[in-house]
Amino acid sequence: MDLIYNPWPWYVAGPLIAFTLFLLTKMGKKFGMSSNLKTMCSIGGAGKFADFFKYNWKKDVWNLYVVAGVIIGGVIALQFLSPTAPQIHQEVVVMLQELGINSTNTAFLPTELFSIESMLTVKGFLILLIGGFLVGFGARYAGGCTSGHAISGLSNLQLPSLIATIGFFIGGLVMVHILLPLIFNL
Amino acid sequence: MKHFLPFFGIGLFLGLLFIKSEVASWFRIYEMFQFKSLHMYGIIGSAIVLGIIILKYLQYSQAKDFSGKAISIKPKDKGVKSNLIGGIIFGLGWALVGACPGPMFVLLGTALPSILVLILGALLGTFVYGLIKKK
Repeated sequence: MDLIYNPWPWYVAGPLIAFTLFLLTKMGKKFGMSSNLKTMCSIGGAGKFADFFKYNWKKDVWNLYVVAGVIIGGVIALQFLSPTAPQIHQEVVVMLQELGINSTNTAFLPTELFSIESMLTVKGFLILLIGGFLVGFGARYAGGCTSGHAISGLSNLQLPSLIATIGFFIGGLVMVHILLPLIFNL
Repeated sequence: MKHFLPFFGIGLFLGLLFIKSEVASWFRIYEMFQFKSLHMYGIIGSAIVLGIIILKYLQYSQAKDFSGKAISIKPKDKGVKSNLIGGIIFGLGWALVGACPGPMFVLLGTALPSILVLILGALLGTFVYGLIKKK
């Protein structure tokens, strides 16, 4: 029961991700989440505006089934399996307080960013929308995201994936160390 | 709807995994980019090391997939510029909202409307990329 109600340590979670990669490969598919965003755009009619979305998206529908499972898995884990707030390194708690984030160690997501109150402010709304935009745009530009490049691509010893993963970290470090303090103190 | 259940099942498993391992938490992503915890590096690192072993084994044993076809993994598109710049843009967004495309969907389970804004942004970003991409 501990495994159901307690957080999973890295040495459990990492191998389970590798196991998922194995299963999808054996099923003749690849592990990649961001291509679903493209599929959704295509289904929504984006092909009328750009040839990029004109392709046989029906062959990628299996990945939407994965997304459906991910969503239901999230509902189960978040609503029924008593998700605990991640317990973050004490130094990081202090760093976040300096940014005005005080929900650390008490919530799964920072309420300062994800609460309805925050979402209904112009700044809060823009952070969510622009953050999502960068993820969607960058993933397609790079040809993959954390799952497609960092996990699948590096597992397959792909140089493009190494370059993309280095990019993920450059972007992430710039955001956390330079831009976030500016954004939160605006 | 053929093959719905196996893929749905894998998704369900991944969804539980993203929450129980906390990789879908903004706090964990922030902590990772502050280099203050082994957690995220351990997850990504062990997944890659095991992933390399698994894919190498499948390759050398000339394993077939479940339907009996030879396993072939398409190489990733080359292009230093697109991979690097795209990667940097992705990383900026990943660290800002603390969610990459998988965790973005799992967080719908929080029932927070803010997650819909996040996904809307990601769809917009994908759409705009498609618009400006040279044919």
